[in-house]
Amino acid sequence: MVHHDGMINAAPAIAYENVGKSFEQGRTRAVDDVSLNVATGDFLAIVGGSGSGKTTLLRLANRLIAPDSGTVHVQGKDVRGVDPIALRRSIGYVFQSDGLFPHMTVGGNIGITPRLLGTPAQEISTRVDELIDLVQLERPHRDRFPHELSGGQRQRVGVARALAAKPAIVLMDEPFGALDPLTRDALGEDYRALHRSLGLTTVMITHDMTEALLLADRVAVMRAGRLVAQGTALDLSGSTDAYVGELLNTPRRQAERLQELLPKDRA
Amino acid sequence: MNFLSDPRWSDALTRLPDYLGSHVRVSLAALALGLAISFPLALIVRRQPVLRDIVLGVASIVQTVPGLALLALFYPLLLALAGLSLQWFGQGFSAFGFLPSVLALALYSMLPVLRNTITGLQGIDPAIIEAAEGVGMTRRQSLTMVELPLALPVIMAGIRTAAVWVIGTATLSTPIGQTSLGNYIFAGLQTQNWVFVLFGCVAAAALALAVDQLLALIEGGVRLHSRKRIIFGCLGLMALIVVTLMPSMARAKTNYVVGAKTFTEQYVLSALIAQRLQVAGLPASPREGLGSNVIFEALASGDIDIYVDYSGTLWANQLKRTEIKSRKELLSDLTTTLKDKYGITVLGELGFENAYALVLPRKRAEELGIRTIADLAPRASPLSIAGDYEFFSRPEWAALRQSYNLSFRQQRQMQPDFMYAAVASGEVDVIAGYTSDGLIAKYDLVVLGDPKSSIPPYDAIVLISPKRAGDQALRNALRPLLGKIDIATIREANLRAAGGDSNSSPDAVARWLWEKIAKR
Repeated sequence: MVHHDGMINAAPAIAYENVGKSFEQGRTRAVDDVSLNVATGDFLAIVGGSGSGKTTLLRLANRLIAPDSGTVHVQGKDVRGVDPIALRRSIGYVFQSDGLFPHMTVGGNIGITPRLLGTPAQEISTRVDELIDLVQLERPHRDRFPHELSGGQRQRVGVARALAAKPAIVLMDEPFGALDPLTRDALGEDYRALHRSLGLTTVMITHDMTEALLLADRVAVMRAGRLVAQGTALDLSGSTDAYVGELLNTPRRQAERLQELLPKDRA
Repeated sequence: MNFLSDPRWSDALTRLPDYLGSHVRVSLAALALGLAISFPLALIVRRQPVLRDIVLGVASIVQTVPGLALLALFYPLLLALAGLSLQWFGQGFSAFGFLPSVLALALYSMLPVLRNTITGLQGIDPAIIEAAEGVGMTRRQSLTMVELPLALPVIMAGIRTAAVWVIGTATLSTPIGQTSLGNYIFAGLQTQNWVFVLFGCVAAAALALAVDQLLALIEGGVRLHSRKRIIFGCLGLMALIVVTLMPSMARAKTNYVVGAKTFTEQYVLSALIAQRLQVAGLPASPREGLGSNVIFEALASGDIDIYVDYSGTLWANQLKRTEIKSRKELLSDLTTTLKDKYGITVLGELGFENAYALVLPRKRAEELGIRTIADLAPRASPLSIAGDYEFFSRPEWAALRQSYNLSFRQQRQMQPDFMYAAVASGEVDVIAGYTSDGLIAKYDLVVLGDPKSSIPPYDAIVLISPKRAGDQALRNALRPLLGKIDIATIREANLRAAGGDSNSSPDAVARWLWEKIAKR
């Protein structure tokens, strides 16, 4: 059994309690009795293969999907009692393969949630410029269309869009999966810095354990709809679960191999 | 003679503002109505596969109905509805011209808009729609801010197709009383005025092309995010609409509408009547190319004020009478019945009959030694006969066959204009022609006598709508025509009108006709 975080009094940013969700009239059990807390300020990565239920778990948090059983609390409130539209506008969401609106400019994409919230145009414009700087895009990119940008630039726009309405929580669905390794690394590091400096709570889905360990504070492992382990890298390395061990094997082997290939002091 | 100096070009040109304006008005109304129905319908049915298939199926079936038939079907349908409305609410409406044309054309325009809207919306990447939901859009916001803008190029392509179809098909609304560029084509075909036919086709094609290109500009603007293209396209469309509609808006409303059916004689007579009214200071305009049933109903309901019909046609088609009567008896019976039943006034007869008659070349008749249908009957079995599209289903044909025991080897249906040439060249042996046709003299044909009087009389009579019944100025203007046009005169007039040269326009022939009549 994995132990919980030290914050006892403050409500977790997201709390899943015995959550279950089935699809296709109960034939597919996507999420099976999962309980999981994401503390405020935490960077949690959810790792699992395809069909493990990790995306469903993420979407339960902003009510893109409603649970069949159990409860989901966001910042102390049961999501069933919250207007789902307002909930989604208050939570940043970064989509797999960017999910940008192709008919809107970069500026239009970034400013979409503030616009939905009725923010005055002038304010949106200022905010868009701030965000373009924040995610290290160039100001002239603002009037371009998504298809005119590279994959990495597009995903930076995706991150900027998620942050536009100043959310406390950001959900990321395999955000860097489609990028080349260099871009992916740079973007991951940049995002992690933003997460820290803005004091965000982040839940990121990935199938890549190495990425999860390098970016996140804590990792939750999903398999066939069940949460099989959660905790820091150290916690996971102590897990007795065979699947977790298998997932950790790859980064371990990579680390050892790299250690051999790239000795620290060659002087 | 120089092709372009033909006065028929300038004649065609002077009619353009009226025809083009009416054409644009009916097309625009039909497109707007079609869009207003099909666009929301597409949004409603797109997520319901069964409903969607039904709607698209029905729209496809409508599309397979020939345009002319669809337009023709809407006329009786609206007529019945107008009757019901009058009965239930005490308020009728005109089932003539604009309304049936707009409804039929709107129905015709629906398929491309429906199909493209549904296809366009379904073709959007589901990840984009998911993203719209994820950033916090409502269903409606997702539709208006993301899905519709993304589907717009496909939807615009559908609107373009619909616009071209509607503009093309609107030329067929002439026979149900809607003035359009089709007036050139119908009038031109009937009076062998190829200048008119060509002019009508080119004008309709140019209009369709212009609208298509302007819509293409807007479509391109939408696709390429070019505001300039969109603005130019919209301005161009607006300019086109304003320029075409302005003259017909500014035009003084004519008081008297003179109807004409779809054959040469009718074009000439309506032109003659319009000219006489204008001379008398009564503003008049012709409404040409109307179907035989449409024109009678239009007169009864006051959509047109005056036209020339034939006693036997009304007797059989409108009153559904079959008994054979003498010319005088039939006319007086008809006059009373039309007055009592419809409030229509028979002003009087023009002086000639345009009856069906069996016709063959004079030489051939002499060879065979026949002068009457009675002579023909025993020799008919190896011969062939041709008639127009309705003759063989008319009561006259049944009566003829019965009373003379007629039986031919072969029956053929033909375009009336070609019938006479066919019998003159021996292609067919006998035709069911019209007694007033100028081609009888031209080809030296003879009309066979009808000793048993089985063909009813077809006196050309001037009819006046109920609302003009007490109009003395109208009666006085037309009285000089009554009884003045004999069979030889109308044959010559019809022959002139079929001449295919610059003096053959109905207006020119009508002026010639008046000169002859005025001397009497």
